Amino acid sequence: MITTKHLSKRYGDKLAVDDLTFSVAPGEVLGFLGANGAGKSTTMRMIAGFIAPSGGQVTVCGHDIERSPVAAKSCMGYLPEGAPSYGEMTVSEFLDFVADVRGLTGDLRCRRRAVVVERLGLGPVTQQVVETLSKGFRRRVGLAQALIHDPQVLILDEPTDGLDPNQKHEVRRLINELSKDKLVIVSTHILEEVHEVCTRAIIIANGRIVADETPTALEARSRYHHAVSLRFEKPEELEAARREIAALAEVAAVEFDARELRLTAVPKRGANTLSAVSAIIDRNNWEVPELHLESGRLDEVFRTLTQPPGSGVSDALQEAGV
Amino acid sequence: MNKVMVVFRRELRSYFATPLAYVFIVIFLVLSAVFTFQVGGFFERGQADLQPFFRWHPWLYLVLIPAISMRLWAEERNSGSIELLMTLPITLWQAVVGKFLAAWSFAGIALLLTFPIWITVNYLGSPDNGAILAAYLGSLLMAGGFLSIGMCLSAATRNQVIAFITAALVGFVFLLAGFPLVLDFVRGILPQSIVDAIASLSFFTHFEAISRGVIDLRDLVYFAALIGFWLAATALVLDIKKAQ
Repeated sequence: MITTKHLSKRYGDKLAVDDLTFSVAPGEVLGFLGANGAGKSTTMRMIAGFIAPSGGQVTVCGHDIERSPVAAKSCMGYLPEGAPSYGEMTVSEFLDFVADVRGLTGDLRCRRRAVVVERLGLGPVTQQVVETLSKGFRRRVGLAQALIHDPQVLILDEPTDGLDPNQKHEVRRLINELSKDKLVIVSTHILEEVHEVCTRAIIIANGRIVADETPTALEARSRYHHAVSLRFEKPEELEAARREIAALAEVAAVEFDARELRLTAVPKRGANTLSAVSAIIDRNNWEVPELHLESGRLDEVFRTLTQPPGSGVSDALQEAGV
Repeated sequence: MNKVMVVFRRELRSYFATPLAYVFIVIFLVLSAVFTFQVGGFFERGQADLQPFFRWHPWLYLVLIPAISMRLWAEERNSGSIELLMTLPITLWQAVVGKFLAAWSFAGIALLLTFPIWITVNYLGSPDNGAILAAYLGSLLMAGGFLSIGMCLSAATRNQVIAFITAALVGFVFLLAGFPLVLDFVRGILPQSIVDAIASLSFFTHFEAISRGVIDLRDLVYFAALIGFWLAATALVLDIKKAQ
């Protein structure tokens, strides 16, 4: 269990984290989303006990991170951003060091070491010096270090950054397996990851929580929620469909891509356009090789929540005529 | 296993994982030989003692000890590994003491490797070995003093060069605290009692007393208090950095 109460962090004049209050229960995988500099890492560092909050309180497994840091840190595994480790040590020495600090001894120590080496595929590099490893391996060494004591709480700051697609998949599978009885907080800006691993997502912008929902509920906020996407074979059919679908009462807007012959019917809030659109297709006997109902676009939700209107990069580019 | 020992072992091993340890030891041994035989006139004096050897230790340490201490925290901060260390379940004190003991032991190993000079002086004459042992102890304590200063300054920055220069500078002030260079500077602005207190902080005075073979409790307490003070300052600096 992790609880934060009115957590805030001030750097000089800048308020990096502003009054965060939330709690996470075992079994939950919380995705922490936000643009770069939104305060994700700062929050995670405060939970992990690396930096002290300017105000508010963090409790991990019932221990206050400021008042009983050792007890709180004992039940937590933490992967810092960029997965730092001691470069001059071999993987094996490094894991031994962490196991010693974590107080693992005897049989348990051997077993846990073997488990993390096996789970993260570190077998071939155990005798290699950490700084000679590739980025992907270093990240996995960082994960192994965070998992070695089988912690109740896992804090992972961008665990899949710098991994190839196979490794990303493997790490996501690992998180899914762990989440059965543990509490995991993952920060990421890869939105597809949120759907794959998280049961809940918090989006922060300028140090404040702007959304705290399940990934499905987040998608439902999208203007593309229940939108219908079509692909046509003939340009003239696309043209005709554009006019007819735009005239429907349920449709708020029609977006189309003339080169790909794609069309998206964006519904009005709460409306469902699927039956009306398919009726039009049937009536006109158009050739439509692809049709699907969208559940919403996370990237669009993310952009609207984290970017105040009119301040985004794309708006600036449009104004400049790019 | 004791957490201090875990930190200590990792830190000490890291010195030997890079060329730093070997380069340092070789330079230390060569320089101490040059000072003893060339500058100190070890043979010309015709006396069976190690005064010409120990006399130069304060100056050697002034330049060389910051090279050991500069990496202690600055490197961790620069590589980011400090974030790992500080989120492991150890107290700040365990980390500070473990690291300090590792650096001190490393300096001790370098000092121990000067034993051929002790063999030489025993071969050539019959020196007072008790006095030599006392001088070795004094030298080790002084190294600890320089190291604790350097460690505190290393905790204050992520830049090892800055850590080196500031450590050498503060070390220089402590070394010469009893000399006119420092005393004349403060005499004009501070009352006599404080000037006397500053004069009594000099490394030189306390080291020279021990290196003559006189182990006075006051000198031991001086070095112990000095090291304790700078270790506490290190912990304080780290704590301030954590809250920044």
